[in-house]
Parts: sequence; C-alpha cells; structure tokens
Amino acid sequence: MVPLNHYLILSAAIFAIGVVGVVIRRNLIVVLMSIELMLNAVNLTFIAFSRFLGSMEGQVVVFFVMAVAAAEAVVGLAIIISVFRHRQSLDPQEMQLLKW
Amino acid sequence: MTDVNLVPLLPATQVLLTALVVLLLDLFYQEGEKGLLAWVSLLGLALCAGETLFLWGSQESAFGDAVMLDNFALFFTQIFLGAAALTILSSVHYIRQAEIHEGEFYALVLFATTGMILMAAAKDLIVFFLALETMSIAVYILTGIWRASGRSSEAAMKYFLMGAFATGFLLYGIALIYGATGSTHLNEISNYLIESPEDWPPYLIGGALLLLVGFAFKVGAVPFHFWVPDVYEGAPTPVTGFMSVAVKAAAFAAWARILMHQLAPLDSDWAFPLWVLAIITMTLGNLLAISQASVKRMLAYSSIAHAGYLLVALVVGEEWGGLPLLFYLLTYAFMAFGAFAVITALAETEQSPEDYRDFSGLGFKHPFLGMAMTLFMLSLAGFPPLAGFAGKFYVFRSAVLSGHLALAIIGVLNSLLSVIYYLRVIVAMYMEEGGAEGKSFRQAPYLYIAIGLAALGTLYLGILPARALEWSRVAFLSLD
Amino acid sequence: MDHPYFPLLVLFAIAGVVVVALLTLAQSIGPKSISPVKADPFESGNPPRGDARIRFSVRFYLVAMLFLIFDLEVVFLYPWAILFRRLGWFGVIEMGIFLALLLIGFIYVWKKGALEWD
Repeated sequence: MVPLNHYLILSAAIFAIGVVGVVIRRNLIVVLMSIELMLNAVNLTFIAFSRFLGSMEGQVVVFFVMAVAAAEAVVGLAIIISVFRHRQSLDPQEMQLLKW
Repeated sequence: MTDVNLVPLLPATQVLLTALVVLLLDLFYQEGEKGLLAWVSLLGLALCAGETLFLWGSQESAFGDAVMLDNFALFFTQIFLGAAALTILSSVHYIRQAEIHEGEFYALVLFATTGMILMAAAKDLIVFFLALETMSIAVYILTGIWRASGRSSEAAMKYFLMGAFATGFLLYGIALIYGATGSTHLNEISNYLIESPEDWPPYLIGGALLLLVGFAFKVGAVPFHFWVPDVYEGAPTPVTGFMSVAVKAAAFAAWARILMHQLAPLDSDWAFPLWVLAIITMTLGNLLAISQASVKRMLAYSSIAHAGYLLVALVVGEEWGGLPLLFYLLTYAFMAFGAFAVITALAETEQSPEDYRDFSGLGFKHPFLGMAMTLFMLSLAGFPPLAGFAGKFYVFRSAVLSGHLALAIIGVLNSLLSVIYYLRVIVAMYMEEGGAEGKSFRQAPYLYIAIGLAALGTLYLGILPARALEWSRVAFLSLD
Repeated sequence: MDHPYFPLLVLFAIAGVVVVALLTLAQSIGPKSISPVKADPFESGNPPRGDARIRFSVRFYLVAMLFLIFDLEVVFLYPWAILFRRLGWFGVIEMGIFLALLLIGFIYVWKKGALEWD
C-alpha cells in the first residue's frame, strides 16, 4: 500500500503548482484553472486522510468542495466575460483602472 | 433519523426563503413594480430579526451539532440583519440610477446574509466552509453587478481571484486539521487537542497556520490586504459598505468561534504571528490611508487599520478579548456603514465623485450629510463620546489588563495618527468651497433614513454603551 | 530526523523548492527570442490563413456554465441513492427540498431566457 506521506507530498506539490500558476500566469482562464488545481490538491489530501483514518467525513467534504468549486468556476467565468467586454483582454496586468 | 431539530436553522432559512421569494417575484413583476422588491426583502429581514429576539438565550444545535444556535450566533445574526437592511435602504435609489437589476441585487444581498448567519453558527469546519462560500460567491457577484462600469467588473475580478486563492489556503488548512485530528467537528477537534496535549502530528500546526492565513486574507490583514483598496474602490458604494461591515463581521465571528475559542489549545503556536499581524496591520493601514486622494480608498485603508484593532482583541485572547471584539464589531458596523452611505449620496456616475475635493463645501450645501459625515469621521478616529471611542477604549483596556502593554501603546499611537486623515474630510467639508453636488433628501429619502439610523447608532453606542456591552458579554459567554 | 515536526519541514521544503524551481526554470529555459515567424500559429507548414482566434458566441459560455452547475449537483444524488432504504422518508423529504431549490434555479434560468439560443 502506498504510504500516507506519499499522498501528502503529491498533493502538496500539486497545490504548490496551483499557487505558482495563480502568481505567474498572464491569462485569467489559466489562473482560474490553477485555482481549481489548488482545490483538487486539497481534495486529494482529504481523500488520502479519509482512507487512512477510516472515516467517511473526508469523502463527504470532497463532494461539497466539488460543488463549491463548480459554483466558483461559473461565477469566475461570468466575471471574466464581463471584464472581457470592457477591456478586450484577459491579461491581469492590463487591469489598470484600479491600481493594484 | 427522525429527531431533526430545525430550530437552529430558523434565522438562516427565513433569510434564504426571502431571497428565493424576491428572485421569483422579480421574474413575474413588470418593470414598474420592482420597487416592491426592496420592501419584500426588508419584511423578510424584519421577520428574521423578530425570530432572533424570540430565540435569544436558546442553546440548541442541529445536524449532529454541526450548526449551533447560541447567543453568540444570534448576536452576529442581528448585526448581519441590520447591515443587510441598511444596505438595501441605502441602495434603493443608487441601483435605479446605475441601472442595476433590482431583483438580483436584493436576492444576492440576502443570499450573502444567509451565508454569514451560518458562518457565525457553524460548529463544523465543513459547514463553516460552505457558509463562507455562500457568502463570498454572492459578494463577488455583488461587487461586479454594475456591469456598465469597467471599474466594477475589474474589482469583481480581483476580489474573485484573491478570494478563491484564499479559499484554497483555508481549505488546505481544514484538510490538514482533519487529517491530524480525525474529525472536522470543532468539539471533537478541541477534545482531541485537550486530551492529547503536545502529542500532535506535525501537519496540525501547518493546518492551523494555513487556516490563519486564510482568515487573514478574508479580513484583509496586512500583508494579505492588497486586494482591499482596489475592491472597495471599484465596487458599487452600497456594496462596499456591506462588505466593510457585514463580511468583516462574519469573518471575525468565525475567527472568534473557531480559532479563538475552539482551537484555544493552539494559542501558543500562533500568538506571535498574530501579534505581528496586528501591529503591521494597524500601522500600515493608517500610514497608507494618509496618502490617499480618494475618500473611498482612504476608507478602505481605514478599514484595514480597524481590522488591526480587532486583531488586538484576538491577540489578547478569549478571557479578556471576547467582549471587546464583539462590542467593537458592533460599533464599527454603524460608523463604517454610515461613512460609505454618505459617499453613496455623492456618487452616481462612472467617474464617481469621491475625492477629498468633492467633499468641499458639503457641510453648507447639505447640512445633514455634513453633520453625519463629521460624526462618522470623529467616531472612526475615536473621539469621545462616540461609538468608535467606546469600542477602542474596551479593546485597548483589555490589552493593558492582560499584559499586552506594547500592543495597547502602538494601538493608541495609531489612533492618533488616524486623526490626520479623518479630519481632512471634515476640513474639506467646512473650510473649502466647490466640490460635488450631493443628492437631496427628496431625491433619495431612504438613503437619508439609512444615514440617520447609522448616525443614531453611533451616538447611542458612544453615550450609552452599557446595554450593548452587557449584550456582547452574554453573547460571548454563550460559547461552549 | 526524529523530531515530530520533521515531516512538516519536509512538506514545506518540497513546496518551497517546487515553487522556486518552477519560477527559475520558467525564467531560465523559457524562450526569449520572439520573432514574428515564431509567433505565427503552426498550421502543418502552410502559411496561416485568417485569424486563429475565432470569437465564439458568448452563448456557449452561458450554456457551459449552466451545465456545469446543474451537472455537479447530481453528485449529491449518489450517496442518497446508495442509502435510499436506510434513510427512508427522511431522505426523500431532504432530497425533495434539495431538488426544489434546484428547480427554483431552473425556473429562474428559464424565465430569464438563458436557454433561448437567439
């Protein structure tokens, strides 16, 4: 059986990739995908713990996280469309109406 | 399976049902009848407020203790209801002017309020997470709801990205805590912490710190504050008021219940990071507020600084800091909301008049708005006998009494610093001329009523704080 | 090695190393010389014709978003279906409430005209 630590390290790595993606990518859609990656890394952590602790709670959380992630993605896409209508660009660096 | 106690869900369900009714009515109303929607929303909120008064003192839980209805939850529910009602009152005119869809606006305010109510009542990290997202997603949309305004869309984008990013950290923290303790239920987590002291798996501390980072993002504490000024500036002004008051109160409510109360055995691990966070948040918030040209942006930085004062109460800890924290949130709700409502009275176009020079002469053109703004500014700066003074007094007093003298001194110095930028608004209003035109009472009566109520609250809590203090004390003691 | 927090240290170290490594890798081995020819889209050797970015109708996004939301709610039907007998009427009522809420969302979408293609 694969030990727990391997799962934790894998999910930590995926989470880190997601964080890097949010920080350095220059396209809003990719940034959104990176955020989803972060959430899925967390899901993996939950599942791994759930399996090793023998408790169902972790699995239940994953259902909720998936539903919430979908809702977030939908709202994110809608906001991206609304920004695109104003700016015709998806580069967060070009969002200069409000200074960062 | 059948002994389901639904009473603890009553306030949240009431608000949720109101939101659904508003949403459905919006579909079937003609354009001219939509003014009624505001009244339907207010009626729902009033009913819910009645329920909270009726339920005051109860100590019931639902769904295997996942949701807890105690005085703590009811206290915050009342703050959220008040904030939502004032927001709706102050935006009736604004959203018509900006051509925002009325039904969606009110429904989203109510959805966000539902999430907040559950956040203050959550006894399980899953419920907390779901409530937080219910609130956050509704507020993301509210931020960008003025679709004709590029600034509104951009603010929504930034808020969404930062909020979702923070959610990731928060959730990772929850996952690690779950792995370490074997449960997402707060009572079981704290039992575990008490029963097996110091025998904790390493990811427990990691999880707790990630949770701390997530919370710091949500309340806008430095160094996780960079989204606050942009989002507050770009969002429609009534929404900004709602965010600075209700969203902040909800985040601090969950913080107090989860980190301060239930995870208290971990205190020693985050005492120092929290201490640093409090000091830099207060100081940086105030320093950056001084250099702003826009009053709305200045208030955003001021809201960061106030988050710093609230963090002081969290550092002080449960024994001394609980009451001041709740009381401060209550006082802050009135004065911050009032200040943003006065800006609403000025702003109505894409190039919103919200710079200091736009306030020039306001005190003569609109004596009521000038007086109210003066009151809010003095209260935010902490002048007696206003609400802000009482709030700060109890926070700093608790810091001194619990031996955090350095924090108290830095806090008081920061308060003095903040006088500079708050007074600038008053100086502009009474000693300069020109500036933007405000709306008159006849143009926006409900907005004036909301400002008047906020001003009354600020005065009342400053002059007669005793009852509210007792109320906060009872609420905090009801945490078990 | 035996310190209880050691695995945590490893966890953070790996996370940190991955972040730094990816950032420096992207910086150092990422392409630097951008010429117009290089920036052209590759179309099997032919010179590219027209713009590669065809604007999709925003309707596609709308339908995709609606699908995403309603599709994922089905996730909650699975556990219910498995425990259908054990949960009995309680489960039926719970699921009824859940589906009623979804139905309100559906009515909203319908009346707003989000399902009309034109």
